[in-house]
Amino acid sequence: MIKLFSLKQQKKDGEASPRPGNQKKASAAQLRITKDINELNLPKTCTTEFPDPDDLLSFKLVICPDEGFYKTGRFVFSFKVGPNYPHEPPKVKCETQVYHPNIDQQGNVCLNILREDWKPVLTINSIVYGLQYLFLEPNPEDPLNKEAAEVLTTNRRLFEQNVQKAMRGGYVGSTYFDRCLK
Amino acid sequence: MTEAQEPSQKRWAHLRKILERPGPFCHPEFEPSPEIMDFIVTSCKILVVGAGGLGCELLKDLALMGFKQIHVIDMDTIDLSNLNRQFLFRQKDIGQSKAKVAAEFINRRIPGCQVTPHFCKIQDYDEGFYRSFHIIVCGLDSIVARRWINGMIMSLLCYEDGVLDNSTIIPLVDGGTEGFKGNARVIVPGNSACVECTLDLYPPQVTYPLCTIANTPRLPEHCIEYVKVVMWPKENPFNAALDGDDTQHVGWIYEKSLERAAQFNITGVTYRLVQGVVKNIIPAVASTNAVIAGVCATEVFKIATSCCLPLNNYMVFNDVDGIYTYTYTAERKDNCVVCSQVPQTLLIPDATKMKLKDLIQTLCEDETYQMKNPGLTTTVGGKNKTLYISTIKSIEERTRDNLNKSLVELGLKDGSEIMVADATTPMTLVFCLKFQSSDVEMN
Ligand SMILES: [Zn+2]
Repeated sequence: MIKLFSLKQQKKDGEASPRPGNQKKASAAQLRITKDINELNLPKTCTTEFPDPDDLLSFKLVICPDEGFYKTGRFVFSFKVGPNYPHEPPKVKCETQVYHPNIDQQGNVCLNILREDWKPVLTINSIVYGLQYLFLEPNPEDPLNKEAAEVLTTNRRLFEQNVQKAMRGGYVGSTYFDRCLK
Repeated sequence: MTEAQEPSQKRWAHLRKILERPGPFCHPEFEPSPEIMDFIVTSCKILVVGAGGLGCELLKDLALMGFKQIHVIDMDTIDLSNLNRQFLFRQKDIGQSKAKVAAEFINRRIPGCQVTPHFCKIQDYDEGFYRSFHIIVCGLDSIVARRWINGMIMSLLCYEDGVLDNSTIIPLVDGGTEGFKGNARVIVPGNSACVECTLDLYPPQVTYPLCTIANTPRLPEHCIEYVKVVMWPKENPFNAALDGDDTQHVGWIYEKSLERAAQFNITGVTYRLVQGVVKNIIPAVASTNAVIAGVCATEVFKIATSCCLPLNNYMVFNDVDGIYTYTYTAERKDNCVVCSQVPQTLLIPDATKMKLKDLIQTLCEDETYQMKNPGLTTTVGGKNKTLYISTIKSIEERTRDNLNKSLVELGLKDGSEIMVADATTPMTLVFCLKFQSSDVEMN
């Protein structure tokens, strides 16, 4: 252990001169997200859109599944990365109305790593894969849209038809869905 | 007031016994001397971050230990609910700055002590301010603020030829409490684990699975969380973001939570619980704050005087059942984004001629770096700026033009920092640009 102050002599006053061109430092969250973004390794069904290339903390992810119930659909998610990233997960919302057991009409997404199972070692990439998986394997066990979950467990054929109906634009039950075919 | 003017030399007699005599438990390099007490009372400058539960205790402890040059920074004002444990405040102080009232109280109560208050955000001050302290001690309840202070003191370190200049080290003593649990730690920047190294240690905010709160709520918290997360954004009752300090907002959440709880036959939704969940409040326990602040103040004293080896480096405390403490050495992380790298200097021969693509080429071809697809960002005028990221199509398209611009054209200056992320390094690297030609305009 070093002895910090052989101090006595050490006077601090008057040293308060900021470095020339005093600049805002990149925050730890910023350093980390830069890494996450630079190394995004997207599956071929996914693309990202950065409305402002200088702002790596807010962007959109577009998923166009190439298999499963949601094939031919196009789903947009918004990502907002806060100052406490990666201690806290980014806020992710689905901006496309979708008939899905794990996504509700307000765009809330039930994906464990977005809430209770988030860990700082996870990355934006982990979330992208998690979201993609939701479209391949909708999970009726953890429903946000209870009706859709029930249909999925009891009548897969009907579920498939409902998904198609919703993606083409129209009513499923009393809920209207905007067209979201790609 | 100088030491000579003290009413009585006896005032610090108990501390002098520690500082003027050798002993078996001293720091191996401790040199007893009367000057150490002088240092404490005349020149040692301490910053206390936070004037809340821990902050009040810290100010009292440090002032009674003889520290006189104390600054305290807090952006909060005093609330009725603070008064049970934040003992420097009275009912008449409600609504006033915590930092100011705390400073006035200490200065009035402890003769000679000069606490300087700063009623603002920690982010309002720059390096010059933080560099002026010998030791910084934090009593915060926010991880964001802790990480910010940590990043700040790490950025104050100076290296010469890769060797840390010890005089640029400002030790950080950090305390935290949550109910009956607390921790105290000593961070010696560049030498021991930093806040970022141990980010995993901070308990994540309590969150419940969204599907549980939506479909199978069992706890009153599930109902409140549902109203907060799902119903508020959907109904947007006040056309505003949820504000935990707005009684109308909390009242709305309370009513809707009661309704929801009734639907699911759940009892236990109270206004206080709603406040707690909305603001993510963990009940504060005065005695826990006292213990943790005591440990922190003792560490400040040990570091300032070098009389004893400081805590190495992380102590946990728990008095739910009896009293438990445990101290261990938190390890530095090899790939810590904040403290694992010695800031590197990139020499720029001619910043008016060197283009961004030349810089990237250097990073890829230089034997030391051999990067693959470096993504570069910087800060210009306090704002983040993406210089070039090749791996993201939408960013690449709009930063491609930067490749043919010179560094000066891009707003970079001598001393500017650029952040470089690449698959070949475990974390984003920070490079400090050093322009070699001196005739470059600096403005
Ligand atoms: Zn670190």
